[in-house]
Amino acid sequence: MIEIENLTVSRSGAEILKDVSVKFGAGGITALIGPNGAGKSTLLNAIAGLIKPEHGRVTVGGCDMISARPPERASHVALLAQNEHVTARLTVRELVSFGRWTHHHGRPQERDLRMIEEALEAFDLGPLAERRLDALSGGQRQRSFVAMAWAQETPWMLLDEPLSALDPRHVRGIMDRLHELTRPGQGQRSIVIVLHDLSVTARYADRIVAMKDGRLVTSGPRLLTMTGGMLSDLFGTGLAIETVAGRDVVVPS
Amino acid sequence: MVDRRLFLLGGLLVLACAAFLLWNLRAPYGFILGLRFTKLASLCVVGAAIGTATVLFQTIAANRMLTPGIVGFDALFIFIQTMLVLTLGGVGFAGLPALAQFGVEAAILVAAALGLFSIVLRKGAEDILRLVLTGVILGVLMRGLASLAQRLLDPSEFAIVQQASFASFGAVDRTQLAIAFVILTCCLLAALRIARYLDVAALGRGVALPLGLDYDHVVFIALGLVALLVATSTALVGPITFLGLLASSLAHAALPTWRHSRLLPAAALIGAVILVAGQFVFERLLGLQSTLTVVVEFAGGVLFLFLVLRRPRP
Repeated sequence: MIEIENLTVSRSGAEILKDVSVKFGAGGITALIGPNGAGKSTLLNAIAGLIKPEHGRVTVGGCDMISARPPERASHVALLAQNEHVTARLTVRELVSFGRWTHHHGRPQERDLRMIEEALEAFDLGPLAERRLDALSGGQRQRSFVAMAWAQETPWMLLDEPLSALDPRHVRGIMDRLHELTRPGQGQRSIVIVLHDLSVTARYADRIVAMKDGRLVTSGPRLLTMTGGMLSDLFGTGLAIETVAGRDVVVPS
Repeated sequence: MVDRRLFLLGGLLVLACAAFLLWNLRAPYGFILGLRFTKLASLCVVGAAIGTATVLFQTIAANRMLTPGIVGFDALFIFIQTMLVLTLGGVGFAGLPALAQFGVEAAILVAAALGLFSIVLRKGAEDILRLVLTGVILGVLMRGLASLAQRLLDPSEFAIVQQASFASFGAVDRTQLAIAFVILTCCLLAALRIARYLDVAALGRGVALPLGLDYDHVVFIALGLVALLVATSTALVGPITFLGLLASSLAHAALPTWRHSRLLPAAALIGAVILVAGQFVFERLLGLQSTLTVVVEFAGGVLFLFLVLRRPRP
C-alpha cells in the first residue's frame, strides 16, 4: 500500500501540493485525474521519492520513500515521467534492458535477459527491438519507456501520462496489458497512472484519485466516485457519463 | 571482453609513439631519446586526460558539443598566469620553482572547479545547464580581468604571459610529468570503475534516478574527476580547449556505443594519438615547432561549428 500523510510540496515559494493525505490500495489500476496544474505529476514524483517535501510522509510497502536510498526506492516503484527522452543513442532493447539495471547493476543475468524479452513481447516491441529510439515515432518511443518501467519488476508502477503520444490501437493495447498485469496472480502489479482521457479512465480504472489546485478532491472506487457531477466540478466544465455499447464514456453535457 | 577496436586504437598509439621516438634518430641516442620520451609522455598524458575528461563532462551534461574548457578552466589559467607576472614581474615569474608553481596552479584550478560545482549544484545535480552557463560567464569575467591586467604589463612581461597562455610541450618538468601521470592513472581507473553507473547517468536525471542510480553522487564523482584531469593537464602544459571535443567525437564515431567502459579508454587513446601523431607530423616531417596546438584548436573549432550547425536527426 502507498500511504501519503499530510504531504506539502513547495517550489519557488509556491505550494504545489497542499497537505495531501491519501492511500493507494495494492492491486488494480488507480487513475490520478485532475485539471492541468493540479499537482498530479508532483504527487507521483513525491511517491517515487524524487522530491523532498516541506513536510509530510510517504511510505510504499512500509518503506519511507523520503529517507530511502535510490536503490531501495527503485525496488518498490518504477516511475515513468512525463515526456521522457534520452539523448544517448540506444536501441529499444537497450533501453528496455536499463529497466533491469536496479537488479543487475550493469551485469545482466539469465533472469534479466528473460524479463527483457518478455517486456518487448508484452508491449508489442519485438519487431522494433533493434531499432534506435531516435528512429521511432513518439508513440513507439512511449511504448518502449513503458516496457522499460515494466521490466523493472517493481510492485508499483507510476506512469505519468504514458498514453499522450499513442494512437487508439496502442492506447488499447497498452491499457489492456496494464490491466492484465494488475489482476491477481503471479507477478501482480499495482499501477498509478495519470490519465487525461476520461473515457479510458472510465473503462480501465479500478480506483480514482482526483486532485485540483494541489489538493485532494476525492478518492475511492471508480464506480462510486466517478460521477458526472464530480467530473464537472473537478474540470470546471459540464461532463456526463453515458453508456455506449455497454461501456461508460465521458461526454460533454 | 575488450573491444577489438580498442586494440586497434592502442596499436595506432604504439605506432605513433614509435615513429615519434625513432624517426630520424641520431647520436647521442640516449640524450635525444630521453628528451623525446619526456615530450612523448607529456603528449600522451595530456591527450588521454583531456579525452577522458571530455567524455565524462559530456555524459553529465547530456550534450556531446561541450568540453570542460567551456566552463572557464582556460580563462582561469590565463588569469593566474597574468596575475603572477603582474605581481612578481617577468623575472620573478621566470624564477618561480616549477614544481611549486605546477602544484599551486593545479590546486587553484581544482579548488575553483569544485567550488563552482558545489555552489551551483548544492541542491543536487538537477541543473547542469546552469553550471555550464555559470562557467561560461565566469570564464568571460576571468578573460576580461586578465585582459585588463595585461594592459598594465610592460611589453616583455606581456610576451611572457602570451607564451604561457598557449599549450607547450617543449619544456615539461619530469617531476611534474610523473605527478600528472599518477593523477591521470588514478582518475582513469576511477572513471572506469564508475563506467557502468555513467551508462545509466547518461540517460538523464529523470530516467536514471527512478532506476535506482544515486545520480547526484555519480555526477559529483564525475565532475571531481573532470576537475582533476583538466586542472592537472592545464597546469602541466597550458590550455587546449578543443582537443577534448575532437577526441570525444572521434571516440563516438569509432565506437558507436553507450558503454563508458569502452568510450572512456577510446577517448583517452584517441586524445593521445591526435597529439602524438600531430606533433610527429609537425615536428619530424614538416620541421615546424609549436604549431600543433593551434591546428588542434582550429580543427576542434571547425568540428564544434559543424556539430552546432548540422541538421538534427529527425
